[in-house]
Amino acid sequence: MSRHGTYNFAFLDEGSKREIRRATLKAIAIPGYQVPFASREMPIARGWGTGGLQLTLSLIGPDDTLKVIDQGTDESVNAVNIKALIRSTTGVTTSDDTAEATLIQSRHRIPDKPLRPDQILILQVPIPEPLRFVEPREEVTRRLHAERDYTGAYVLLFEQIMRHGDVTTGADHPVEVHDRYVMAPSPIPRIDNPKMDHGDALILLGAGREKKIYAVPPHTRVTSLAFDDHPFRSEDVDGRTCELCGAEGVFMDEIQDAQHGGTSFRCNDTSECLARMNAHARTS
Amino acid sequence: MGYVAVKGGTDAIRASTERLRYERLKHGVSLDVRQARAGLRGLVDQVMSEASLYDEPVAAHAIKQAEGSPEEAVFLLRAYRSTLPRLHTTVPIDGTSARVERRISAAFKDVPGGQILGAGYDYVHRLLDDTLMHEDETDVRAWLERWRDASQAQALPNDAGRLDGLPKVADYLRAQGLMEPRENDDTPPDDVTKRALRIPASRSERLQVLTRGQTGTVTSLGYASLRGYGPMLHPTVGELRVAALPLTIPNPLASHENEAVGGSDPTLHADPDDGYYLGEIRITEVETVVPVQEPGGEERQALRFDLGYGACFGQNETKAIAMSLLDQCLEHPDSRHPTHDEEFILMHVDSVEATGFISHLKLPHYVTFQSELDAVRRTHQPDAVSGEEDA
Repeated sequence: MSRHGTYNFAFLDEGSKREIRRATLKAIAIPGYQVPFASREMPIARGWGTGGLQLTLSLIGPDDTLKVIDQGTDESVNAVNIKALIRSTTGVTTSDDTAEATLIQSRHRIPDKPLRPDQILILQVPIPEPLRFVEPREEVTRRLHAERDYTGAYVLLFEQIMRHGDVTTGADHPVEVHDRYVMAPSPIPRIDNPKMDHGDALILLGAGREKKIYAVPPHTRVTSLAFDDHPFRSEDVDGRTCELCGAEGVFMDEIQDAQHGGTSFRCNDTSECLARMNAHARTS
Repeated sequence: MGYVAVKGGTDAIRASTERLRYERLKHGVSLDVRQARAGLRGLVDQVMSEASLYDEPVAAHAIKQAEGSPEEAVFLLRAYRSTLPRLHTTVPIDGTSARVERRISAAFKDVPGGQILGAGYDYVHRLLDDTLMHEDETDVRAWLERWRDASQAQALPNDAGRLDGLPKVADYLRAQGLMEPRENDDTPPDDVTKRALRIPASRSERLQVLTRGQTGTVTSLGYASLRGYGPMLHPTVGELRVAALPLTIPNPLASHENEAVGGSDPTLHADPDDGYYLGEIRITEVETVVPVQEPGGEERQALRFDLGYGACFGQNETKAIAMSLLDQCLEHPDSRHPTHDEEFILMHVDSVEATGFISHLKLPHYVTFQSELDAVRRTHQPDAVSGEEDA
């Protein structure tokens, strides 16, 4: 059991993969609805992307090209770790280039480069229930979804405005999918929320520990919850320039310079940043 | 730059893995898997129980690899379990067919079949035994020889010492009319590893989640119910057994002519004499009895006994008792008390889920924290309320 060679292609047995794909098809048929599935225990820890990993493993074939990003970078330890596991059990090619990938597994970012119809984005989800902060009981939240009772979600935002003067959601700002289900977009920054709306690529979301799969099919209406007099706002990126590639208007990491006490910014999407730097180098 | 974002992950992980291997091997000793299996029985049992995989050699292997950390060993076994095909389902076992190794009742001193202390820590003085520091295999062999001779001399004649077919305390209480008689429920159990747990859960799902639960968690929650977090009267251990259960599977080649009886589940209409015997597993089984108000009776408030059931792989007595307390609690849902709240208990006792999500806090949260920073900073801006611009 210690050698990967003794495992099935893509780790899971074919029966498990089929069951995950069945749940995935149901999720695509009911956009934004959380489909329960018998989440398997994986060789990486629950809470570290096992939902996304199971989706990836259930879909991947020998001809796929895989990209895995964690909080925006391909080289983050967890992304590297997940990639290594998938590569060792499938032998597929991996790539950092968003355009080259057919399957993109991501933790908490949607790549800055727009996705194509032949690509699938798989998002890792820690807490799939957008109403969990309103109601801790699954039994109750399931009923609220069934009755399309989303008062709680709005009251939460309203209370934030009353208390703090503005909506204080960070990442994972709830969205409504095709005028039906309110959905947790996974903890992507708010700047990524609009990328879900009428996208070209299929977006699948997997929560391994919470045993849920849900989906945003291509060309689906996705709107972030907001009020008419308090429209949805993404993070403020005005006046920030990437010190490496010079990009503006994209989500950036804030870099603290301990020695000189300054703050600078770098693109969070490292593969796009690198592509821009290479482009500059070619033209100059 | 003073700060470097976590990159170069490949090299870092490789170096970290090597360092971990060094920690395991730095004393220049390799733990023999056979030694782990032989000498760490308590840990092997706990790990098999939480992993819900009964395989002592594989559990010992996992314990070695995990350097004795139960959560890591359970994690390894669960991941291994995910790759195993389910080939057969064993025939339901009547608990009384078990070969009892230990059996105690806190309810009846003269319990039919007798009290059998067996192997247990209950009456051992917890003093460190100096002789163990230098115990070697010669000592072990000599002791084993003496022990075998002594036990042969004490062997009981004929059937007087038969340890299978012992009656259950609960059956006695039922016969007395003090406990509600129950029909055998032969509904095929729901399998929480094949279908995600749904709340409200079936009893079979509840029992599965509890028996797979993290030992410490199940113990703590059972303890909380015992201390009064819940409307509980003092439970009594009607019976605790450590016993070997014989496992059989139905003959896969047998004709399914009796299918109408058991529906689609072949295990329910299997001919017991035509099955294949697989071997035994050792389990701890507990039935606690709790006096509760009989429903309905308005004038005379009659009491009857309620049963809590606990069972787990290996000898895990505290966990099995705690499980039986929680089982009884969950049979009486009450949202005022967490120990009587099915969702609270069942969603939080699993080792792999709890340790996984807690440990994920170590992962980088650069994006989510950046987004949070933005939201926090915004509340500090004087014009926060206006919120004019749209992004």
